[in-house]
Amino acid sequence: MATFQLDVTNEHCPMTFVKTKIELAKLKDGDVLEILLLEGEPLENVPRTSAEQGYKVLRVEPLEGKIHKVSIQK
Amino acid sequence: MSKKLSIISFSGNFDKLTAVFTLATGAAAVGYEVNLFFTFWGLNAIKRKQGRRFLGKSVLTKMFGFLMGGLKVAPVSRLNFFGISPKVFRSLMKKNNVATLEELVDAAKELGVNFYACEMAMHILGLTINDFVPEVKDVLGVATFLKLADGGQTLFI
Repeated sequence: MATFQLDVTNEHCPMTFVKTKIELAKLKDGDVLEILLLEGEPLENVPRTSAEQGYKVLRVEPLEGKIHKVSIQK
Repeated sequence: MSKKLSIISFSGNFDKLTAVFTLATGAAAVGYEVNLFFTFWGLNAIKRKQGRRFLGKSVLTKMFGFLMGGLKVAPVSRLNFFGISPKVFRSLMKKNNVATLEELVDAAKELGVNFYACEMAMHILGLTINDFVPEVKDVLGVATFLKLADGGQTLFI
């Protein structure tokens, strides 16, 4: 099991969840992806749509400013 | 049942193609099966050669092929100013960290969006499947497209 990072704080719709999906697809079972994203649309959509597709949302942690870290496991 | 989005991509315009590929990548990323059916001007978006080439079988279709060009020379639907506006849009998109049309097309391929080409329009324009990017899965007619789109949402852009 490995942990990977993805920063989509500079991205906009649809690339926030497009890049997340592309990275999630590369994971092996049990791997974790830590995603840095902004509150608002990305924070509402990325965890929800990942969960809908069968991934496990482990944690959503607020960091400084509007940035949040979302940890998702395959 | 899994969710499905099918888009008829009719326009070869830069702005409308951006809408097609934004919807397609967004839907694919949230788990939709996505079918893109390229017809008429929309076929320009999937040409292997993205600039202006004399593609076609006759003198007339070769001229058309050259004038229409591919993705790199797609005009915007309003205020095109002889091709200056698409360049301005591309630089604005880059500057503002919004995905460019080319990035969206690449993402669509990576996400496994299904590309199909319209048999009838290809026949008019003298194009073959070899003129298109290898991601084009098949050449279809209306009946097959309707069957593919059945049970999902369909858009015409």
